[in-house]
Amino acid sequence: MAGSTDSAPPRSEPIAAVPVRHPGRWVAAAVLLVLAAMVVHSLLTNPAWQWSVVGDYLFSGRVLGGLLVTAELTVLAMLIGVVGGVLIAVMRLSNNPIVSGVAWFYAWFFRGTPVLVQIIFWSFIGFLYPYLSLGIPFGPEFIFFDSNKLIPLFMGAVLGLGLNEAAYMSEIVRAGILSVDTGQTEAAEALGMTRTKIMTRIVLPQAMRVIIPPTGNETISMLKTTSLVAVVAGGDLFTEVQLIYGGNYKQIPLLVVASLWYLLFTSVLSVGQYYIERRYSRGTSVQAGGNVR
Amino acid sequence: MSVIEISGLHKAFGPLQVLRGIDLSVERGDVVCVIGPSGSGKSTLLRCVNLLEQPDSGTILVGGTELTDPDVDIDLARRKLGMVFQGFNLFSHLSVLDNLTIAQRKVLRRSGSEAVETARRNLAKVGLAGKESAVPSQLSGGQQQRAAIARALSMNPEVMLFDEPTSALDPELVGDVLGVMRQLADEGMTMIVVTHEMQFAREVADRVLFMDGGVVVEQGPAEQVIGDPQEERTRTFLARVLNPLK
Ligand SMILES: Nc1ncnc2c1ncn2[C@@H]1O[C@H](COP(=O)(O)OP(=O)(O)OP(=O)(O)O)[C@@H](O)[C@H]1O
Ligand SMILES: [Mg+2]
Repeated sequence: MAGSTDSAPPRSEPIAAVPVRHPGRWVAAAVLLVLAAMVVHSLLTNPAWQWSVVGDYLFSGRVLGGLLVTAELTVLAMLIGVVGGVLIAVMRLSNNPIVSGVAWFYAWFFRGTPVLVQIIFWSFIGFLYPYLSLGIPFGPEFIFFDSNKLIPLFMGAVLGLGLNEAAYMSEIVRAGILSVDTGQTEAAEALGMTRTKIMTRIVLPQAMRVIIPPTGNETISMLKTTSLVAVVAGGDLFTEVQLIYGGNYKQIPLLVVASLWYLLFTSVLSVGQYYIERRYSRGTSVQAGGNVR
Repeated sequence: MSVIEISGLHKAFGPLQVLRGIDLSVERGDVVCVIGPSGSGKSTLLRCVNLLEQPDSGTILVGGTELTDPDVDIDLARRKLGMVFQGFNLFSHLSVLDNLTIAQRKVLRRSGSEAVETARRNLAKVGLAGKESAVPSQLSGGQQQRAAIARALSMNPEVMLFDEPTSALDPELVGDVLGVMRQLADEGMTMIVVTHEMQFAREVADRVLFMDGGVVVEQGPAEQVIGDPQEERTRTFLARVLNPLK
């Protein structure tokens, strides 16, 4: 191609700029529009959707109650996930091979088994260990718990979701911690700060920029994952919806009810996510902007 | 008594012997400049002095405390030493003021008002009064390095360690930082400075150490080591530094 510029004909007059035409795009858009119109038409006219039933149940007490449980499950599971994730991540980065080994094992185990299995497992832990007790290992015991009371179904579901989430969060937190320049830790060490203080005051706050955006995604995903607790009758939105259509056989409209609520919640969370990401990218954009005074 | 007394210091990274028996004693008020080619172990020496690197063997006494003694509280011993890094290493999520107060409050357990007062005094000293609420990324390199010096000073260290404090700076910003360091030296601060600024070493250092291959090849007054080096290796190094084009 070296000679191509030389062989190009000399330009005597400026070329008129004509935007590149994309006939393919117009065809594709037209096809999509027609398809969308067909979907809307069928939604409105196919009686199987039973929109009146959707309306009847959208704000019914059972559905709203289930919604509350879904929200609680999401919040509690994410709380366990984030706290546990930070703990596992810090342990994983420990110099002590036993501590980091335990953390590695935890992540390996909980990421390697289905969350559905874990939810069921924790919900039925009471059968495995009917009594839990505090005491000297292999020695006398001081306090006894009836584990079916200590870990009712709801707590089992929370534990299943939360412990699983902790394994995933630990990877996110670890990436965040590793993203912080080691010079920050060295400067803090040189100032005589303890390892714990360095982690909580210097490293983790700076890691947040990397940790928070994926945590938002995890929360959105968790909101939907909570629907799995229906298998242990966890009382969430999806459990309620299933119980209702188990009685009246109106599966489609009730699944629509559930989907509408899930969509609303995930949309709200996505808006929150947008603002969080904007806030946490600020630090870098200031840097890119140079010396702002 | 010496503030810092190092003897027989050895340090290796895997098979690489970086320090092969360093002896150094620094008296109170001394300014010691360490010069030497890249990779000669200058940074490693400084980093061993405040245990950012764990020495393999040898002893390091700081203010009479044996640092390598496993019973010694490292964090306590480190309070006597202020460290200034080539890359500034200001805490990027904190304002300049918080950079200067956090360790005072968390390590020295000073009250908030006392910490702020100390911080403001040191900021004024390095010419950064009024920059309290800026974040590091809003400062120029020279300003960041002076803030980092003020941060170290706010802990009231007995000795200041500088690892090529001006190497990452644009040439026109070097003077401000060297000015602050010269002022510190004039006030009687004990300092160990790793630097390539021969002019600074000549004018400010009480003693210059030339390191190569993990040993101190030559040391003495600045006029002697830089002006009239006795060792061939020192002469070669200085010739390259002072006349890089030849
Ligand atoms: N953490 C480490 N792991 C492995 N090797 C290292 C480490 N730190 C330093 N080294 C090596 O040790 C040698 C001495 O390094 P040091 O940083 O002390 O040199 P220096 O005299 O400060 O050089 P410069 O002038 O380039 O800063 C170099 O070869 C370097 O690659
Ligand atoms: Mg160095």
